[in-house]
Amino acid sequence: MSIDTQVETGPAVSAVDLWKVYGVGEAQVIALRGVNVALERGRFTAIMGPSGSGKSTLMHCLAGLDTASRGEVHIGTTSLDRLNDNALTVLRRDKVGFVFQQFNLLPALSAEENILLPLTIAGRRPDSGWYDTVIDAVGLRDRLKHKPAQLSGGQQQRVACARAMVTRPEVIFADEPTGNLDSRSGADILTFLQRSVREFGQTIVMVTHDPNAASHADRVIFLADGNVVGELASPTPEAILDQLKRLDPAAPGAGEAGSA
Amino acid sequence: MLRATLKSMLSRKLRLLLSTLAVVLGVMFVSGAFVLTDTIGRSFDGLFQDIYTDTDVQVTRVSDINSPTTGQAAMPNMPASDVDRIAAVPGVARAVGGVFVDGAKVIDKFGKVVATTGSPRFGAGWTGTSDLVEIRSGRPPQADNEIMISANLATKTGYGIGDTVAVITPIDPVKRSYQVVGIAGFTGGRDTMAGETIVYFTMPVAQQRLLGQTGVFSAVTVFAADGQDNNQLRDRIAAALGPDFSVKTGEQLAQDSSNQIRDALKFFNYLLLGFAGVALFVGVFIILNTFSITVAQRTRELALLRAMGAGRNQVIGSVLTEAAVIGLVASVVGLALGVGVGSALALGLGSLITNGGLHLAGAGLPAAAVIAAFTVGLGITLVAALIPAVRAARIPPVAAMRDAATPDRPVTTLSISGAALLAVGGTFLGLGLAGELGGLNLWAVLGGVLFCFVGVALLTPLFARPVVTALGRALSWGGAGKLGRSNSGRNPRRTAITAAALMVGVAIVTAISVIFSSVKASTVDLVDAGLNANLVIAADPTSATPAQIDPAELQTVRQLPGVEHVVGESIDGAKINGQLSVVSTFDDIAGAVSMLRIQVLDGTLNIGPGEIVVDDKTAAEKGLTVGQPVRVQLARTGEQQMRLAGIYKSVPLASGYAISEQDAQAGFTAPAPITAFVVVRPGADVNTVLGQVREAIADNPEVNVFTVDEYVASAARIFDTILGFVQILLALALVIAVLGVINTLALSMIERTREVGLLRAVGMRRRQVMWMVTVESVVICVFGALLGIAVGTGLGVSAFQAFRDQGLKTLAFPWQLTVIYLIASVFVGLGAAFTPALRAARQDVLGAIAYE
Repeated sequence: MSIDTQVETGPAVSAVDLWKVYGVGEAQVIALRGVNVALERGRFTAIMGPSGSGKSTLMHCLAGLDTASRGEVHIGTTSLDRLNDNALTVLRRDKVGFVFQQFNLLPALSAEENILLPLTIAGRRPDSGWYDTVIDAVGLRDRLKHKPAQLSGGQQQRVACARAMVTRPEVIFADEPTGNLDSRSGADILTFLQRSVREFGQTIVMVTHDPNAASHADRVIFLADGNVVGELASPTPEAILDQLKRLDPAAPGAGEAGSA
Repeated sequence: MLRATLKSMLSRKLRLLLSTLAVVLGVMFVSGAFVLTDTIGRSFDGLFQDIYTDTDVQVTRVSDINSPTTGQAAMPNMPASDVDRIAAVPGVARAVGGVFVDGAKVIDKFGKVVATTGSPRFGAGWTGTSDLVEIRSGRPPQADNEIMISANLATKTGYGIGDTVAVITPIDPVKRSYQVVGIAGFTGGRDTMAGETIVYFTMPVAQQRLLGQTGVFSAVTVFAADGQDNNQLRDRIAAALGPDFSVKTGEQLAQDSSNQIRDALKFFNYLLLGFAGVALFVGVFIILNTFSITVAQRTRELALLRAMGAGRNQVIGSVLTEAAVIGLVASVVGLALGVGVGSALALGLGSLITNGGLHLAGAGLPAAAVIAAFTVGLGITLVAALIPAVRAARIPPVAAMRDAATPDRPVTTLSISGAALLAVGGTFLGLGLAGELGGLNLWAVLGGVLFCFVGVALLTPLFARPVVTALGRALSWGGAGKLGRSNSGRNPRRTAITAAALMVGVAIVTAISVIFSSVKASTVDLVDAGLNANLVIAADPTSATPAQIDPAELQTVRQLPGVEHVVGESIDGAKINGQLSVVSTFDDIAGAVSMLRIQVLDGTLNIGPGEIVVDDKTAAEKGLTVGQPVRVQLARTGEQQMRLAGIYKSVPLASGYAISEQDAQAGFTAPAPITAFVVVRPGADVNTVLGQVREAIADNPEVNVFTVDEYVASAARIFDTILGFVQILLALALVIAVLGVINTLALSMIERTREVGLLRAVGMRRRQVMWMVTVESVVICVFGALLGIAVGTGLGVSAFQAFRDQGLKTLAFPWQLTVIYLIASVFVGLGAAFTPALRAARQDVLGAIAYE
């Protein structure tokens, strides 16, 4: 299976000198201090860092959910800082997929309707070949008519993954996708994400604080105090843990704080 | 617990405000009704005390015969011998026979009859000035062609001393002209007491024109000897005169008159209370919904309180405290508004009835209004909050640990109780409409309607989903629209209750529209089928009192070349064999028989003095046969024996008793015809004849000539007025229902913050979000309107069935109105969606996703 984005060159998502400042004066908080990143096409990148390091803010800015105070973000060849709300919305709809920690499925819709939601909003029909491929990849064919309340957490998150993939976005952002799951369901999701990168050339960016989860990625970027402080390629859980210990000696092991 | 409750309330100010508005309006109408009664009552008490200040005791002859056209009791004439008998009673200083009756109609400078808004147009025989009546200018009438007019009449018409003025009376419906020689007023500089007009004739003229013969009076005013107690004197006179007389002190008369006015104004009270009823009933739905949603949202919070040791009763208490605070605030605000509305209405109505003559008593706050306001405001709110409170108490403490899932409970119990209530309501309604419960009929109907509404509201969740889905398919397009549609079917209870609030108003108006359209259509059909006439001569059918037609003018019409027959008809109340009945008389019996296609079954209809005829149904009912003697007492005569001369077949337009013209002349309050039917000769042009008839009756401005179709159509116009009032009711119910829809949507949007955030994150535009909310709103509103139309049609048709044997033959459905209501409901939906939609669309995406 090949997808169009593979013919383009250059990073899928990039940020240049990205600053994000909240509040003014005394109450001012600087979440990002001139971050430069380039996330390659068809790769699985994890963003890690201790609580308050700015990893969630970075993801929100990269995904067009939040606007940066200064600096530039590109998704493919599109620059985000010149886009108004409507254009950003369309960009999210057509070029970005999301997977959240809380699944965020619409309780009133069936699994199938949830998966097709972005297409419904856009008023497009699904490409049936691709749709079948995605459904089989997440293994939900026999659960399509169920409502979210009738699915387990792992199944719900797989619905969310399918929803993110169905539009063939340039990039999928996953925010702590395993944070609400038991370890087995979590492993399933990570394996699925890995497969979609390997087999379908999907670009995935995942924010996590779990070294195990991050070890499924091709590359891990470490953030601390709003700066990129290091990275690892083809990481192992041990290497990640080492790196984290160096960043935050007070809190050995996985950071205990959540991502949001 | 109380502090926590109040704090949590403050954070939801706007929402609570919206949900209380219905209660505020309800309380406003209830207390407004009380304030109106109180203010008007006190004002008129004062007025009539002034009017009767001069009268120690007044004597009239009584009759229990009421006029079928005005509803007033007939006042038999008092011969001069009555005055002598009264004067002879010990303690009477002076007994003065007087003539003072309603019906002296003055023609103004433009040839029209001077109208008042319900105040009487008195004709009187001048008896001199008194403590109340004074002469402003000129002198009293001395010759038969002289009159004095009241200052109010002079101002109204611009007539002054020296002018020639024509006056018509019911007994003598002919314009007769008089010269104005004086203007009379009331002491204290008042031109009028209550908007009335008065023409003072010389006594003989007053007797002749107002009572039909000279030497008789309408009432005798008694002046007590010095030191004589009025009550004692009254009792003594009453004992001396016997049972045919009404003897009352001035105080009693003042009280009676004031009570009459109060009764007449009860209509407005009922109107206000009707508004209140609808507002409060709809308010119950809205409050119930608001509290249900609030409790659902606070599930975790309430479970936490329970986990920390709060008892069930404390949770119920917490919810009910919130309701009580809201109820109190709503009561206070509603009461304040009610005092304003009541006083304003009192002012408006008071000056309308009395043409500005009334001095309004100062605004007051009757205790009844305060008690009613708080009882209603608090009661309604607490009752509505009870179910959500109990539901809140059922939340298990463990819900605090779980994800706040609100499982969709089955609606079986709800549906069964709804069906049961509907059945009970239907039974009450049926019994009440069939008139089988005697004095309880009205309550049975009202209660039945109420039960039906609640029953339907409870049944609504059952079919909310399929109906809403079907509706949504028709109304929604695009992905966002589909989402909106599925949102409206998502919580059937909430959708149902919100729609039910809208249903009530639409149902009431639809039901009344169905009844009135049917009455209108039935009347038209009846006249088309049963009346073989072309023209009708009568007063304008929308005027309150009938007008008499000059018989001489009818003779002129009879002479017209294009006229075949003219049938003049008059009706009055009478006692037949001791029972109150309506009696008619025709000035051309043969013409009436052919015009109404009457069939003689026995005897003859060609009756003369001392003879009476009746229709077959009444004859069978009363056991009357031809040749039998019948006791007949007319309004102005004593009981007499008549012979039953004939029996005719009852038809819808002709039934009951009829007597000869000669007997009616002697006994009817106003014997001249009040309606005359003209049959045009074959071949003559109806419009030409109409023009000629118009010319022939031009002298009498009170009556006009219409084609039969015109007449029926304008007679039906009275229903349009009533429908107009009902439409106001609908508008009110719609306003409240809009508040309900806004409230529900706003709360749902808060509940769905995360969802909306997600939708925005995955690419839904703001416009699409707004569209989604709007579709949901419109679907709910159209659903409510459809429900209302269905329920209203059911109620209307059952009323129609009940009145079937009373002449309601043609069922007419108000299609036009129904379509208008449906279209209106779409706009209501659009309007109600606006704010919640805007808020949902403006929601910050990141904040929404992070929202816990």
